[in-house]
Amino acid sequence: MAIWVIAEQRDGELKKVSLEMLSKGQELAEELGTELEAVLIGDEIEGLADSLAAYGAAKVYVAEDEELGTYSSEGYSQVISELIEENEPDAVFFGHTAFGKDLAPRVAQKAGAGMVSDITAVEVEADQLVFTRPIYAGKAFTKSKVLSKPVVATFRPNVQDLGEAAETSANIETVDVDLADIRAKVKEVKQQSGGRVLLTEADIIVSGGRGMKGPENFDILEQMADVLGAAVGASRAAVDAGWREHQYQVGQTGKTVSPTLYIACGISGAIQHLAGMSSSKYIAAINKDEEANIFNMADYGIVNDLFKVVPVLTEEFKKVL
Amino acid sequence: MNIIVCLKQTFDTEAKIELKDGEIATQGIKHIINPYDEFAVEEALKIKEAQGGEVTVISVGDDQAQEALRQALAMGADKAMLVKNPQGDEYAVAKVLAKAVAGMEYDLILGGHVAIDDGSGQVATRLAQELDLPQVNVVTKLELKDGQAECTREIEGGSEIVETPLPAVVTCQKGLNEPRYPSLKGIMQAKKKELKQVTPEELGVEVEKQVEILEIFLPPKKEAGKIIEGEAEEAGKELVRLLKEEAKVI
Repeated sequence: MAIWVIAEQRDGELKKVSLEMLSKGQELAEELGTELEAVLIGDEIEGLADSLAAYGAAKVYVAEDEELGTYSSEGYSQVISELIEENEPDAVFFGHTAFGKDLAPRVAQKAGAGMVSDITAVEVEADQLVFTRPIYAGKAFTKSKVLSKPVVATFRPNVQDLGEAAETSANIETVDVDLADIRAKVKEVKQQSGGRVLLTEADIIVSGGRGMKGPENFDILEQMADVLGAAVGASRAAVDAGWREHQYQVGQTGKTVSPTLYIACGISGAIQHLAGMSSSKYIAAINKDEEANIFNMADYGIVNDLFKVVPVLTEEFKKVL
Repeated sequence: MNIIVCLKQTFDTEAKIELKDGEIATQGIKHIINPYDEFAVEEALKIKEAQGGEVTVISVGDDQAQEALRQALAMGADKAMLVKNPQGDEYAVAKVLAKAVAGMEYDLILGGHVAIDDGSGQVATRLAQELDLPQVNVVTKLELKDGQAECTREIEGGSEIVETPLPAVVTCQKGLNEPRYPSLKGIMQAKKKELKQVTPEELGVEVEKQVEILEIFLPPKKEAGKIIEGEAEEAGKELVRLLKEEAKVI
């Protein structure tokens, strides 16, 4: 009987979404009168268990093995599936990240379990977890419950509040690992240089559309983003024109994002783009065309040439930050 | 190289979503092949052109999904199968697909990494588990040689190169290829190609639901906000002031 958070770590660093899930999981566990526990998998990662405990995990299952040093769907899912079978948790939470999206459906199918992906909210109703998630990239939402045990869900990063860390050390349960043959193996990881904050985790996103006129002009957005510590996104028009890579596309055929502030520059506001960014807390838009659809969504709009406005913004942000 | 492509028919990306009696209204909506599944069809055709073999497209959907399958046939796929089953969640659809492909010979199963309607991104990976195959998700480059697939897959802030023996399930991401348009000749030929229809009952699968949708709702309408007047300099300064003092987001 417990709620489990599958912790995600890469190169010995925990992902923020894991701590966000623990913060929320602690509330849920209290309401349901059950325990909150975490599962940590990797090689030489036991030191991370204290951080998981600090955010509320009453117990941390630690599976360490050299072969788990690199992520593999088969290896990691085997470990989690065996743990589920042995301990029968009520709910298993993953982050809705490349890691969680690859792992959670595999674990769910093995357990014969239902799963709700990319949830943006969860509450307890009549002793059951009820999940809210966007469909059509945010053009609509559903509330659903999972009938199986365990309940499997993936949490959208950057949506749940992060609680306070307590000073505590983890109650660790070491997991015996005996891996079967792993077929699909990671040969190489290529991290993009620059170290800019990720779109899906960013508090602030600066985004450019067709109005940017060319790839070279994204420099001014990069400069503004540097000052703000923001991620840089793009509309489909800008990606289709070949100005930005697809992984930076925000919209129904790109990323759905939930930042605190979204600054749309030269973006008209096509429905497929709005779908991906409409859950931003605040939207500011700069566009020459006063009829642009984006102004129907924006909290603050400037009808002007972005090439004149963005440099002003960058200078002003420098002053106030 | 025999390839199975799983595809889903979805609403067009520009479709406006409205509710009717608490359900998503389908009236007047244009339907398309899920864009990510279209990359899967294209990739399968390219592999077939290079190495020979057969491409089978399969969909779980209602009668209308035949259109999507016909389009894939017109692009160049050889055979199609529709499992008529609009009900069922991802768990059930994976079970159905696993049964549907059980009698087929294949080296590779391709699909999109997510469907743009429900956005759940579960079925292909569940299918891999159901068939006990390895899977590689969100792939932007795929190379096949000597019974192996080398896949470049997108992860946060970069990419991974994953190698897997075949058969395997691989899901496709934008960047992998540019899907072709069906040619007129292709459209004519597609009419003569096999489009088999089966039901879950005929496949011997009981459709169970593990997820119950309690409610569908539209997001609250966002009101248009403040248009900041003035020249660029003035308006820019005012925006930064508002973000700091009113919205308190910086």
